[in-house]
Amino acid sequence: MSRHTLSVLVENKPGVLARIAGLFSRRGFNIDALAVGPTEHDDVSRMTIVVNVEELPLEQVTKQLNKLVEVIKIVELDPAASVQRELMLVKVAADRASRSHVLETVQLFRAKVVDVAPDAVTVEATGNVDKLEALLRVLEPYGIRELVQSGVVAVGRGARSITDRSSRSGSVTPIAR
Amino acid sequence: MSSQPEQVTGAQSVVRSLEAAGVDTVFGIPGGAILPLYDPLMDSTAIRHVLVRHEQGAGHAAEGYAQATGRVGVCMATSGPGATNLVTPIADAHMDSVPLVAVTGQVPSAAIGTDAFQEADIRGITMPITKHNYLVTNPDDIPRTIAEAFHIASTGRPGPVLVDVSKDALQRPTTFAWPASVELAGYRPVSRPHGKQIREAARLIVESRRPVLYVGGGVLKARAWSQLLGLAELSGIPVVTTLMARGAFPDSHRQHLGMPGMHGTVAAVTALQKADLIISLGARFDDRVTGKLSSFAPEAKVIHADIDPAEISKNRTADVPIVGDCREVITELTSAVAAEHEAGRQGDYEGWWAQVDRWRATYPLGYERPADGSLAPQYVIERLGRIAGPEALYVAGVGQHQMWAAQFISYEHPGTWLNSGGLGTMGYAVPAAMGAKVGRPDATVWAIDGDGCFQMTNQELATCAINDIPIKVAIINNGSLGMVRQWQTLFYNERYSNTDLGGAGRSAAAAGTRVEHIPDFVKLAEAYGCVGLRCEKAEEVDATIDRAMAIDDRPVVVDFTVHQDAMVWPMVPAGTSNDEIQVARDMAPQWDTEAGEVRR
Repeated sequence: MSRHTLSVLVENKPGVLARIAGLFSRRGFNIDALAVGPTEHDDVSRMTIVVNVEELPLEQVTKQLNKLVEVIKIVELDPAASVQRELMLVKVAADRASRSHVLETVQLFRAKVVDVAPDAVTVEATGNVDKLEALLRVLEPYGIRELVQSGVVAVGRGARSITDRSSRSGSVTPIAR
Repeated sequence: MSSQPEQVTGAQSVVRSLEAAGVDTVFGIPGGAILPLYDPLMDSTAIRHVLVRHEQGAGHAAEGYAQATGRVGVCMATSGPGATNLVTPIADAHMDSVPLVAVTGQVPSAAIGTDAFQEADIRGITMPITKHNYLVTNPDDIPRTIAEAFHIASTGRPGPVLVDVSKDALQRPTTFAWPASVELAGYRPVSRPHGKQIREAARLIVESRRPVLYVGGGVLKARAWSQLLGLAELSGIPVVTTLMARGAFPDSHRQHLGMPGMHGTVAAVTALQKADLIISLGARFDDRVTGKLSSFAPEAKVIHADIDPAEISKNRTADVPIVGDCREVITELTSAVAAEHEAGRQGDYEGWWAQVDRWRATYPLGYERPADGSLAPQYVIERLGRIAGPEALYVAGVGQHQMWAAQFISYEHPGTWLNSGGLGTMGYAVPAAMGAKVGRPDATVWAIDGDGCFQMTNQELATCAINDIPIKVAIINNGSLGMVRQWQTLFYNERYSNTDLGGAGRSAAAAGTRVEHIPDFVKLAEAYGCVGLRCEKAEEVDATIDRAMAIDDRPVVVDFTVHQDAMVWPMVPAGTSNDEIQVARDMAPQWDTEAGEVRR
């Protein structure tokens, strides 16, 4: 099995997330991570889907996704040729005695503290999956109270854009009467 | 041409849109949420609405109409239970790529999500079984949505599209203007095949020694039968037609080996199995065709042509993938093969034909007459095919009778064989035959149904009788769920758990006879305003069919009371290799180990 990051451009319409999630579960594919948000075009949303599958099932899932009428375009992002980031918010137990150690760790990972309470701090960290996992390993001994992650968002390196209008010009089909 | 905007209600907009899409027939039942639509529908002179007795009947009738005419079938239902009753035919159309548009009423948009009376999330429910679906709550969206629905249903790989319209959207004022074109950024079916792949396929064809044309339902959907005949005759390659493709190539043609698969002919199954090249045209390597996939056609290279890219290499990896419409693919492939011939490269299949002909001669389709003198179901179906002839339409349910109808009727023309292939929907036959007869009123339409299947949807006989839709129904009545019983005979030690429908008790069932008819299909037919006939003896079969053929003013139901223990052969048991094909119980063909030669 290997991890693949798919950028999926979809029409910004109600139900499209259910359609895509349903397709994955129906065809027996597991989603490792999923992030959805708007793009620079109002009518287009972008999903970043991380799946853990072999090459052949990946080809099948891509073809099945492409059959969905509301899916405009699918691009697999090569980790070496793309920037991939995830946002994590983690609430760590930190009292008077341990707080300075926690803060030191946060600085080392270039993360930041976004909330403080007498016995906990909330840390915001951004990075690739490996970096966030490393940070979590170091924070674990202090006691992780709560953890939330955004799912990966990714964009290809260089000047080219996958959302170019020219590259997704839809078909205009005259209706036969 | 787009039309000038007109002031109408949402409901009128739906009717105008259906008319603009060229709809002449709708099968449906009204109800609360869709009532506003039924009011202007009453005034439409272009659209005939056939009031069915159950929404499942509406769905299958629309499928039958579509499969008999090649046009989009349309069905209609109200919200909640009306819509959920359409689920089975929609799933059926999805599996068999039948162009279908289902219009359903939905509760008012303000009530959506409140568990309102007769509310069901039919768009959510049908997401995995439609090609696409819509929920419309703004009446201004109606013309565009319906235009898109018909475009999606009928182009590319055809399939069902559901349009759910909220009651308030039907009631509110709007403007109607039929769009000149549809714009779908994410829907671009490829119909034109890639030239390089076509040339590569032609090269493989002339270099192969044991090729088979594996023809699927896509050839019928693409209306590519004459092109197929051209390619077959130019290349001289043996042809097999799948359950969904019966009629795409004449059964009487010398190159036709019959149907492949679980109940296919020995020649068709074995030819695929021993082939060195399989040319798949609009077929999808279904498990019922391949048997155990890992042992299917081990020496064959595969050319796989399909309009749906997701089918290619889904089950069997293709050596030459061709995405395109079968008509264009076959046309171009024929030219490419002709070019190879002109360049002096022609396939030599003489040895292959000698082998194939021996299989065909040694293991023809056949059946045994029951020793007790009772009626053989295969005989009934065979005679029906002969007497009604190749111009008639045959619409089967699902089970033994379906397989016998696929085996023992000779199909010469496209669109004359309708059945539920992928989903295997018992209850398909009667309503689908009704839809087919509405679409092809001049054709003789025979539903061939089992007594189990028939009892699932026979209420549509009332629809047929009242609406002057004189279909003919042959019930192959063995008093049991025959195919399930066959599996119990073969794989469950003859323990017949819940497959006896005869109601005649254990001892009578064990003796293979039944003492009473529950229900009495003759009386049932008469109750529905149909002619009811019964036939229990071989010598009465022809006369009974002749009588049924002579009645044209109302539906006819014939109860052919047949032997209970007849089985469908040949058979490849589920999950086993096609090499394990049995021509009768515990009887495998005898092969030489090396070349697959038949010992004579």
